[in-house]
Amino acid sequence: MFRNIFVLFAASLFCFASCKKTTPLEFQPGDKGELEVEFDNVIGGVNLQLNTGSYTNASGETFKVSLLNYYISNIKLQNADGTTYTVPRDSSYFLIKEENPSQLITLRDIPAGNYTGISFVLGVDSLKSTAPVAERTGALDPAAAGAGMYWSWNSGYIFLKMEGPSDVATSGDKKFRYHIGGFGGFSTPMFNNIKQISLTAPGTSMAEVRKGKAEAPHIHIMADASKVMNGPMNISIATNTTVMVSPFSVNIANNYVSMFSIDHIHND
Amino acid sequence: MINKKKSIRARLGITIAVIVALVSLGVACTKTSRQERKPMPLVLPSNFPAPIYNLSSNPITVEGFELGRKLFYDTKLSRDGTISCGSCHIQGSAFTHHGHDVSHGIEDRLGVRNSPPIMNLAWSQFFFWDGGVFNLDLQPIAPIENPVEMDEHIPNVIEKLKSDAQYPGLFYKAFGEGDITSSKMLMALSQFMLQCVSAESKYDKVVRKEGAVFSAEEQLGFDVFKAKCASCHSSDLFTDNKFHNNGLVPSMVNDSGRYRITLDPKDFYLFKTPSLRNIMKTAPYMHDGRFLNIDAVLDHYDHGVQVNSTLDTSLNKNGVVGIKLTVADRANLKAFLNTLTDDSFIRNPQLAEQ
Ligand code: HEC
Ligand code: HEC
Repeated sequence: MFRNIFVLFAASLFCFASCKKTTPLEFQPGDKGELEVEFDNVIGGVNLQLNTGSYTNASGETFKVSLLNYYISNIKLQNADGTTYTVPRDSSYFLIKEENPSQLITLRDIPAGNYTGISFVLGVDSLKSTAPVAERTGALDPAAAGAGMYWSWNSGYIFLKMEGPSDVATSGDKKFRYHIGGFGGFSTPMFNNIKQISLTAPGTSMAEVRKGKAEAPHIHIMADASKVMNGPMNISIATNTTVMVSPFSVNIANNYVSMFSIDHIHND
Repeated sequence: MINKKKSIRARLGITIAVIVALVSLGVACTKTSRQERKPMPLVLPSNFPAPIYNLSSNPITVEGFELGRKLFYDTKLSRDGTISCGSCHIQGSAFTHHGHDVSHGIEDRLGVRNSPPIMNLAWSQFFFWDGGVFNLDLQPIAPIENPVEMDEHIPNVIEKLKSDAQYPGLFYKAFGEGDITSSKMLMALSQFMLQCVSAESKYDKVVRKEGAVFSAEEQLGFDVFKAKCASCHSSDLFTDNKFHNNGLVPSMVNDSGRYRITLDPKDFYLFKTPSLRNIMKTAPYMHDGRFLNIDAVLDHYDHGVQVNSTLDTSLNKNGVVGIKLTVADRANLKAFLNTLTDDSFIRNPQLAEQ
């Protein structure tokens, strides 16, 4: 019995040693590095162009996009070795804004390894949605970076906000406004639009996080904003020009839950 | 030999002196820093229930309170520098906007709402008539950012405070090192508002047996109140902190009240039970200020209650709609409600603009 185990052990040692020769272990346990994640907002197959691009939704209505913001939080990374790394809560809240020059987030102090997938929450979890003000820092500060992504009259974050002009819009200024939030209600249960999204890298690609790499590995995510309107329920701007705090918002959230995919990963 | 001993002793002496100096320095330091920020704990009236605000998350100090008071009365918080929190929450009217209806037009919010008092807020779970805000610290964001109220953006307010001659020093005194942030501003405003405690009315002195006694009329009014009003206006806060439909005809703007927040059809036309403390000072009444005096309120309860699907069941019992009040009941009730006026609160110089 013991002998068998010993043989197995020796064999596996040998295997490790020989593996090491072909693909050298490039990192030590305890190494940490950076990882970049880009949220590239597109509409179908074309790059999203704020204010200028003209698009048609599945209901056949044309529209432009003048604003697109959303919260990404609670990021987890899937390691090729089968483990999962959870980014510490307090460095895991990001507000992606199309109007900003960049939609790139940098995750720091990530254990070195090969990552094949990423999961995150689109929105802000209920714990943070009800946290004291002192814990609402950075992107979550409802009075600073998060201004405009917060309902002050109905304490809660707007998870995704998309607006734009459309001739079929029924509002006075001919703009559709989709402000989607809802963490489940503070005292009375309400709809919950917190969406968990899990993405896997295409093929065999992996993000190789290493210590002190000159160029951090980069996960390039495509976010297809046309999915806000197109999906299990095709949204018509003419019938639903404004969607904010209403049960109907659930349909939009159920659409946009599938707007993200990993397009590619590059490691240098 | 002797020299060595001497030098050892000398060294020992120096060491001890240094230690003593360090220790006393340390003591002195903690003393001064403690002196720098004087705790100002909330005084909890013995006839009140336990507070709801998490006081340990934002310990009140004299410096924080004074900063909050300055902010509360500062028109810098509005875009054009014309309006402060104190403009709509006036101390002499128990921090309400006496005689005014206030329109409240945030984003998709329609309607006319009346400003409620800034009073005993440590005992509130919900803010606004519909309870849409569940933490006092988050409350001021709404009026500052509201285009029909202060129409300013908090990042701009923070910039204005940073470039002010006095605020950086005052924030330092209240919160120590570090930049002026929105959360410090909100916490200072809370420290001031939390100290707006009204618990020194005649009623309080009667129930706490501090020498005051009700007149016969007031006592009869109290009895009517306990029998007919205290189911909702309960405890010595005179509110159950819950939401009810008390039978008002929906307003012109059809303000749906609590429903806007929960989207639960059961909450249609429900509003937060307001406290009745200082009620004789806070006309007009109800969420939209529709009743100009207390008689109109009593008329409403007696014969104005409208039946609809969310009307509170206590207002439609055994075929009786509303709360029947005799002429005597009304006079006695008014005498009782007068005992809820707290002059020391309304005139407290500590809470006034300095
Ligand atoms: C233009 C008038 C106006 C100004 C200015 C104003 N408020 Fe108010 N305040 C109101 C009205 C009206 C309400 C009730 C709104 C509602 O219920 O929808 C209210 C509600 C409140 C409440 C909730 C009280 C409760 O018991 O529900 C607090 C607290 C408060 N205001 C504090 C402030 C502070 C702090 C400021 C300054 C930053 C401020 N207000 C500025 C009109 C005003
Ligand atoms: C079913 C619960 C309930 C009962 C019983 C009740 N009230 Fe009220 N009261 C409320 C609610 C809720 C409001 C706020 C309604 C609104 O503005 O829409 C209110 C508002 C008021 C106001 C206006 C307060 C302000 O600041 O504007 C007064 C005064 C008042 N009630 C007095 C009384 C008296 C006196 C009685 C007994 C005769 C009574 N209430 C019984 C629930 C109740």
